[in-house]
Amino acid sequence: MTRLRQLYQDVILDHNENPRNFGDLEDANCEAHGDNPLCGDEYVVSAKLTDDGEVESVAFSGEGCAISKAAASMMTQHVEELSREETEKLVNEFRDMLTDDLDLEEDDHDLGHLKVFESVASRPERIKCAVLPWHTLLAALEGKESISTEGEADPKAEVE
Amino acid sequence: MTTLNVQHADETDEMRSWSEIRSDFPTLDQTIQGEPLTYLDNAASSQMPEPVIERIDRYQRHEHSNVHRGVHTLSQTATDAYEGAREAVAEFIGAPTPKQCIFTRGATEAANLVAQSWGRANLESGDEILLTRMEHHSNIVPWQQIADETGAEIRVLPVTDDGELRLDQLEEMLTDRTKILGVVHVSNALGTINPVEEIVERAHARDVPVLVDGCQATPHLSVDVDAMDADFYAFSGHKMNGPTGIGVLYGKEAWLEEMPPYQGGGEMIRSVTFEETTYADLPNKFEAGTPAIMPAIGLGAAVEYLTSIGMDRIAEREAELLDYATELLEAEEGVRIFGRADDKASVLSFDLEDIHPHDIGTIVDTHGVAIRAGHHCTQPLMDRLEIPATARASFSYYNTREDADRLVEAIEHVREIF
Repeated sequence: MTRLRQLYQDVILDHNENPRNFGDLEDANCEAHGDNPLCGDEYVVSAKLTDDGEVESVAFSGEGCAISKAAASMMTQHVEELSREETEKLVNEFRDMLTDDLDLEEDDHDLGHLKVFESVASRPERIKCAVLPWHTLLAALEGKESISTEGEADPKAEVE
Repeated sequence: MTTLNVQHADETDEMRSWSEIRSDFPTLDQTIQGEPLTYLDNAASSQMPEPVIERIDRYQRHEHSNVHRGVHTLSQTATDAYEGAREAVAEFIGAPTPKQCIFTRGATEAANLVAQSWGRANLESGDEILLTRMEHHSNIVPWQQIADETGAEIRVLPVTDDGELRLDQLEEMLTDRTKILGVVHVSNALGTINPVEEIVERAHARDVPVLVDGCQATPHLSVDVDAMDADFYAFSGHKMNGPTGIGVLYGKEAWLEEMPPYQGGGEMIRSVTFEETTYADLPNKFEAGTPAIMPAIGLGAAVEYLTSIGMDRIAEREAELLDYATELLEAEEGVRIFGRADDKASVLSFDLEDIHPHDIGTIVDTHGVAIRAGHHCTQPLMDRLEIPATARASFSYYNTREDADRLVEAIEHVREIF
């Protein structure tokens, strides 16, 4: 598989074309807006949490590139029924995979199918695209209204 | 100056070929991801030819010192080189005198200088600042800042679907409250060449001074600020084969004399006591602190290089490349080109079906094709066109038809992947 096809794998293209859990979540009890002001990608991630803080369901809406949209779509599937702590752990693992701070073979992780985003690490300028929906979800869980890639949520700023 | 003689070189048999000229640019001679670099991001920043690199090298190796203040020989050498660059730049844009060319960090700082210095002295609550819908953020945000401070309001001249200014609305937008008009000479996002002479004339008929953002004009067209009668004209060195960190604000002498300094510090004073400071004459009044000496000298070398080719010849070459590339892109299924002005510089903004421009940019990069994807710092214009972003290929005279062919091949690959 060429490096390009690794980045744009069929599963990513499929989620871009047919994003899952796309739209509004009617009974959401938290929501955040995330944007990348450098490229204009914008998403709203909404979640319904159970009384004991478990993620019951997540939906997203907005507009962006194939990488960010597929990342958002697959994220909504992966975090269902995770506790808040498990979700935060997954966000960190996902980010660490992209910034080469996680060894998929050696280190423990629960990334599963999310490993298809591994090759984004070879395109540093696209890391923010993949991480944006995840940081937006985190913001929603933390009760923040919005986040931006050009601030605390800059994946590279955090690892430095 | 020898430039006048050189300007006519294109009429002689000694005219250098475009492939010879291209070989002046070492950056272009490399592979990216195993493919020859096809550099089509010239509207963002252009490459630097050997003569400019050599001039910078020579200055830095043999001539560097601080300018203006020294009594030693080397300081005079550096000052001569720095002021020589100002003379070259002034001649290049047709400025009546070099002192009307203020060196700034770039066009952005030039626009900020006008907004802060001219704006603070001349704007008050209820006044109107007229901008156009196709301005770069650098000719919007400085005005918003001064508008917030002074209570002035910003009004916006609309654009057509083709990306031309609605000049039919200019008359009614120029009101008794309009204090200044800011207009881009050549749109960085669409390539539209605006008829600035006509716009300036109509604004002046209402006693409204005009700041022209010339960033995308000076690399591609023959610019004459005096003939255009612009009150202010701003541009950046790195868009025209010079270094980053240097730009120019041209201003009419009467305005520059009257305007207060933009920043305070060394170089810009005549005398300082704790009670009072008197300011230096132009251009030093606006150049506080040690200036960007090396970049200025590089810019001077860049304008001499451009002049040696001839701006008319450059414009002709780029128009030919634009026509060729436009025709190729138009033939591609699913490609939509934005910016259909009659008078256009070599910028091709487009999208491809519903594929996001960033994905286009990443995929064509694997073919060695460097283009820009995004809103190009013109979000109000993108909103007007109802698109989040475009992919933008911008050609320079050193590009070739083969570059356009490679762009189109790469775009075909994007379609294959999606």
